[in-house]
Amino acid sequence: MNYNWDWGVLFCTVEDAAAGCSQPFFQWIVSGFGWTIAVAAAAWVIAFSLGSLIGVMRTLENPILRGIGTGYVTIFRNIPLLVQMFLWYFVMPELLPKEAGMWVKRGMPMPEYWTAVFCLGTYTASRVGEQVRAGIQSITQGQRYAAMAIGLRPTQVYRYILLPVGYRIIIPPLTSDFLGIFKNSSLALTIGVLELTAQTRQIEEYTFQGFEAFTAATLLYILVTAIVMAVMRVVESRVAIPGMISLGAK
Amino acid sequence: MIKKILIAATAVAAITTTTTLVQAGSGSYVLDRIQERGVVNMGHRESSVPFSYIGDDGKPQGYSIDLCNQFVDEIRKTLKMPNIKVKHVPVTSQTRIALMANGTIDVECGSTTNNLTRQKQVDYLPVTFITGTKLASKKGSGITEIEDLDGKAIALSLGTTNEKAVKRHIKAKGLNVKIISVKDHPQGWLALDTGRVDAYASDHVLLYGLISKSKDPSAYQVTGRFLSYDPYGIMVPRNDSTYRRLGTVMMADMMRSGDMMKTYNKWFSPGPTKINMPASSTLKTAFEIQALPH
Repeated sequence: MNYNWDWGVLFCTVEDAAAGCSQPFFQWIVSGFGWTIAVAAAAWVIAFSLGSLIGVMRTLENPILRGIGTGYVTIFRNIPLLVQMFLWYFVMPELLPKEAGMWVKRGMPMPEYWTAVFCLGTYTASRVGEQVRAGIQSITQGQRYAAMAIGLRPTQVYRYILLPVGYRIIIPPLTSDFLGIFKNSSLALTIGVLELTAQTRQIEEYTFQGFEAFTAATLLYILVTAIVMAVMRVVESRVAIPGMISLGAK
Repeated sequence: MIKKILIAATAVAAITTTTTLVQAGSGSYVLDRIQERGVVNMGHRESSVPFSYIGDDGKPQGYSIDLCNQFVDEIRKTLKMPNIKVKHVPVTSQTRIALMANGTIDVECGSTTNNLTRQKQVDYLPVTFITGTKLASKKGSGITEIEDLDGKAIALSLGTTNEKAVKRHIKAKGLNVKIISVKDHPQGWLALDTGRVDAYASDHVLLYGLISKSKDPSAYQVTGRFLSYDPYGIMVPRNDSTYRRLGTVMMADMMRSGDMMKTYNKWFSPGPTKINMPASSTLKTAFEIQALPH
């Protein structure tokens, strides 16, 4: 390997320009990390709420609602995320009426950020929806019948019986999707969000010291995913109800 | 345990000695590696028209590729191995440094700007093309210079020298310009084409290339003064002056004999892509200056 390692490039300041530092690269990484968190967190809000709705819809009796849920999952889960990013950012504004399209392109504040959040959120919602559906369906039918027998309305059956149990069951796979949203947020760079991976690439282009920058980014991604895992483990043990997980199996 | 360490140490020492012995041969680790493999691994770009791009026959071609083929001939002569083969390795702006550092490619033939920061990581052969940042916009948009962009939007390709230059000018002039970052040239062009931005900034030669390939070339213009100075060079691995000198000599000879200008005209004036960019006076001077005597 004929590579000139120079970790100093990550920590140099613009003042010592003679050291080959033309930009405050450390600030770039910090800012990129911030955007990664901002994209992932906002997208997760969409993914979790919309995903729960889709998941519930797929377990309903009503064939139309169930069809909508199935259709959503089929479309959003089967198109590559990269392609979805591109469609939302470049193609969707062209399909809108001219004025509205222009607003999306020019008037809307931070169009690339919100497009990325929306795209990542709706994509992950299809995955969350499948987890929620699996969680609900893993609960024995007896629970649903018992709830209806004591006079609960369908919304109450979901609110008080199926969802509280279902969510607890799917905490481990939900954690995976939550981790996934942080990693997938790197695709936002394809539509110009300067998140962690984008900043890393930019440092590489400026300095040709890509390995240092990518190492820093890797550590930050590991850090954030490790924190998420730890938090979710705590959540899982806190909310666990003894014997609950085995309900589905009985 | 100690035995294992000893064995490992001996192995390392043996490898080091072997390497040193081989290097003693030509004094160039890249030439040694080429001699050993019988192959020159040539990195090329896929859409840097007309420097290095995939032609209709599916093979890389262009100005930089022609120069690199000359370079390979020089290597064949030096090593007295006329049968050295060329293996084409596609690279992108993201992979070129890593592939050069780990020895996958022996030379990069694309459209890479030679600057001092990058020289900490790689070496360059003499400057073969000079360009700079300019603006592409739609005709009738009233944009000629960067100052006209006040209150408007511009697309910039992530991490390019153009981005650096435009941001510097915007800051220096205190302009209020909305910057949209894009991943690559096609996306930058799409942003301009769909009206998301009013201008796209890039190396002027690449802008002419993009316009020549657009749906309606007459609808676009390249305007303004040069906002940066971007000399292109062929990239070679660092710490191998013997190898680099081979290229410097070859190019000085070409510049002196006029072959360089012939190769340039073949691709640029008007060139197979109708880019029609006769050599600028700066480039002619650069060729003269770099035509060092023996």
